Amino acid sequence: MRGRTVFSVALIFALLAAFPGWAADADTVKIGAILSVTGPNANLGTPEARTLQMLVDRANASGGIAGRTVELFLRDSQGDTGKAISFAKELIEEQQVLAIIGPSTSGESMKLKGLCNDSETILLSCAAAETIVNPVAKWVFKVAPKDSFAAQMIFQTMKNMGISRIGVLTSNSGFGQGGKAQIEKLAPESGITVGISEVYDKDATDLTGVLTKIRGENVQAVVNWSTEPAQAIIVKNMKQLGFDVPLFQSHGFGNLAYVAAAGKAAEGLIFPAGRVLVADTLPASNPQKKVLMDYRSAYIGLFKDEPSTFGGHAFDAFTILAEAVSKAGTDRNKVRDSIEEIKGLVGITGIFTFSPADHNGLSMDAFEMLTVKNGRFTPLAP
Amino acid sequence: MRAYARELPLLLLAGLVVGAQVSLSALKVDFYLTQLTMAAWYSLVALGLCLLMGYAGQVSMGQAGFFAIGGYTAAVISTTGMSSWLSIPAGVFVTAAVSFLVGIPVLRLKGHYLAMATLAFGFIVSRIIVGMAIFGQADGISDVPPYPLIAGLAITGKRPQRVENFYLAWGVVIVGLMLALNLVRSRTGRALRAIRGNEEAAAAAGIDVGRYKLAVFVLSAVYAGFAGACLTHFNAGIGPGEAGIMKSVRSVALVAAGGMANLWGTLTVSVVLTFLSLRGAFGLFDDAVFGGILVAIMLFAPDGVFSLLRHGIPSPRGFPRRAKGGR
Amino acid sequence: MGGAQFFQYFLSGVATGSIYAIVGIGFNIIYNATGMINFAQGEFLMLGGMMAISLQTFLPLPLAITAAVAATGLLGVAMQIVFLSWLRKPDVLRMIIITIGLSILIREAALHVWDEKVHALAFWTGDETSSLAVLGARLSPQLLWVLVISGLMVAGLTLFFRFTLTGKAMRACASNGTAARLCGIKAPRLVTLSFFIAAAMGALAGCVVSPITQTQYDMGMSLAVKGFTCAVLGGLGNVGAAVAAGILVGVLESASIAVLPLAYKDVVALTIMLAILLVRPQGLFAGIGRKSGPLGQAHGGA
Repeated sequence: MRGRTVFSVALIFALLAAFPGWAADADTVKIGAILSVTGPNANLGTPEARTLQMLVDRANASGGIAGRTVELFLRDSQGDTGKAISFAKELIEEQQVLAIIGPSTSGESMKLKGLCNDSETILLSCAAAETIVNPVAKWVFKVAPKDSFAAQMIFQTMKNMGISRIGVLTSNSGFGQGGKAQIEKLAPESGITVGISEVYDKDATDLTGVLTKIRGENVQAVVNWSTEPAQAIIVKNMKQLGFDVPLFQSHGFGNLAYVAAAGKAAEGLIFPAGRVLVADTLPASNPQKKVLMDYRSAYIGLFKDEPSTFGGHAFDAFTILAEAVSKAGTDRNKVRDSIEEIKGLVGITGIFTFSPADHNGLSMDAFEMLTVKNGRFTPLAP
Repeated sequence: MRAYARELPLLLLAGLVVGAQVSLSALKVDFYLTQLTMAAWYSLVALGLCLLMGYAGQVSMGQAGFFAIGGYTAAVISTTGMSSWLSIPAGVFVTAAVSFLVGIPVLRLKGHYLAMATLAFGFIVSRIIVGMAIFGQADGISDVPPYPLIAGLAITGKRPQRVENFYLAWGVVIVGLMLALNLVRSRTGRALRAIRGNEEAAAAAGIDVGRYKLAVFVLSAVYAGFAGACLTHFNAGIGPGEAGIMKSVRSVALVAAGGMANLWGTLTVSVVLTFLSLRGAFGLFDDAVFGGILVAIMLFAPDGVFSLLRHGIPSPRGFPRRAKGGR
Repeated sequence: MGGAQFFQYFLSGVATGSIYAIVGIGFNIIYNATGMINFAQGEFLMLGGMMAISLQTFLPLPLAITAAVAATGLLGVAMQIVFLSWLRKPDVLRMIIITIGLSILIREAALHVWDEKVHALAFWTGDETSSLAVLGARLSPQLLWVLVISGLMVAGLTLFFRFTLTGKAMRACASNGTAARLCGIKAPRLVTLSFFIAAAMGALAGCVVSPITQTQYDMGMSLAVKGFTCAVLGGLGNVGAAVAAGILVGVLESASIAVLPLAYKDVVALTIMLAILLVRPQGLFAGIGRKSGPLGQAHGGA
């Protein structure tokens, strides 16, 4: 099943790459996407690519966006900045796309920021770094939530739990380091001391050593910030070491596969995340519920797999673009302006309200504090 | 007139380069020049590796490490407000220095030991890059300014200077190829071939094996570092992926497919495959393609793709044309 | 650092080290039989783990593991027969390149057959939260399994090589291939057998570490590098030494956490390997000198 999807996507790549401008239609909406579908960040890019393909197919099946067919040009950068740049140039110049969705990682996004801004192509990045939209570049937007919000939510919960001294573990990826910076910056404001802060390699497979070191610092809680499988390993290591303090994860934990990998050890850990993970427990009055449930059932139906928050970024990027195009047509300046005028758009990650000064559009409400109970995500009881 | 016969292929290549640019621009598809330029820079790495592996017979699985050293040095220098022209020379210098220091001990090793040592070197370089804030850790370094040359010309990926940069890159490649060809045909080249055949015999014949190996090692590293520095300016940035094992493996694949001791073959294969890869022609199977090339070449065309055309598929029981020397 | 903390570091170092050691053992088996390094060794661990994980949904765990081990062993055999067997007198460079290429192909195939996600095999005893107390330190029972399996592998191999006819034949081939052939030993079959053993053992190792380190399609390469470090450290070809070397590397890595930034933990193993290659390339425990030395000394051909 997955093999078939992969094969057909690969076939599409090959054809599109070999024949630029193939099947160009005067009034189509051309969207480019540069995602890390394979390679070291495949856990980010694969759900993003699947979601995007799913949405484009769905849109076209019902007549496109505002009557115009959507053409998707999907490129696999494998997390490599050189390729991302090469694809961006190709998409901008040859395919003359209206917008580029992605990249999946902060490093690649920063490489494309200047390029897209100079060539007046809308960039809707799915990556986390604050620097993507700060300083604001006219054509560059970001749909992933701010690390600082996640950190603040964690600290708020810690204060409620009476925690004042923590140990911090972050991976050496861009996401991890971004989180580390925010944690260290915001902890003092919440009256929390970072007793020890360690950075591990994203391919790490055993963290008992560093957890032992952290335990030696008499901390009351541990915070782990990463998107790698090490997230699940830390969970297990802590229980195996008998290290029984509360564990907080970042919003990078938002994938049920990690809970499955961590098994029973995951019970009780706490992390901020988008509500897509707990869509079914939300009250009907929640403004996001319908969108979330739709996405969940569509994704599960098509891919037989739980959706993750990463796929949600691609969903939001597409939805934002579709909204802007349906309001403003295909003139890129008008579409760009229209994005900045979006208010209260319900997405997967949260509710988006843009402005010329805010190209991220999310507030702290995008996050909900979740915990793991009986192998499922549930909202943390306040 | 005879003297020019040797340079004819180079002139033909130059002609081909000009012809490509003119026709692409005429057909209004000159965006292909971007990937052709990038492919040219990456091919410089392959050329250097060809000298090292094909002619001197030394395995190196760490070429990407030198590429990254050159690139990151240039990136750091040009983004931290130091003199704007220093970046590329500094990149080359640091690469040369590191390769010299690393080469002295490492080149005493042979075979898979040398391969693993160079692999370890590349790995350590990528770890250091990812670990230190000055190198941007996992995000790499962005917003690298163009490298200023004379009269407003600069090494940059920006569209207005695209044609100039295409000629710049290919000019460097042609010069690099010319240097390599001259080296290979000179006394040094013969010494290298002797070393590749059998190091002990070469030493017995009076060749200073250690010095030659080190020289070629540094030279190939400089090719890679120079390419790294220039490409960093062209791409206006660099990421830690450039130092990765997969990049080194790709370089090895390109040299093997081109024919270990075949500079022209290496250049051709490198340009073609890198261009296709940058255009996304291999889709989700990019790494698999290079892995497959490695296996297929070693099984069916160990002397490179071009030897197939000349000699057909060699019988697996022996390799034609290879100097049989002890290993 | 208190005694308990020290022992904890030591224990996790030993456990990690034995994982590296198992990979190193796999390298040595094939090296002994063929004189070549099989860079795809790490992929056998990945394949064993992945297959067992797929099978565990409808087979009881011991059966799933056995099936995965056997299947991977056969894959190793297939790999050797299809790609490697018909290359006579291959030179080192070609072997390295081919096996690297094969490891990439296996990895990409795994990505497309399974997926990019991380998976974990069920714990052999207990579960993710089980914890044993040993002299003030705590560890998961699965780590004991790792030590037990490594020990059994070493013991089994030693017995095999020393007391069975096939094992002795393999040693003969490794020592002097021509003479062995003159005695009627069929070298090609033994080479195939060595691949089976190395692949099967790799798969078993992959199954025993999967609950702890988790299994992902791209885990092979870094394991291969660490495993090679142990093989070289102990002296290529010396199975028992690889285990000792592995534990040494694991413990040193673990100890480094106390002094170095954690991000450089991997650099420790590699620096050790580089140092050994440059200072004492025949390995720490070399006394049983044989095979092609790292400085190119000839060996009694294979």
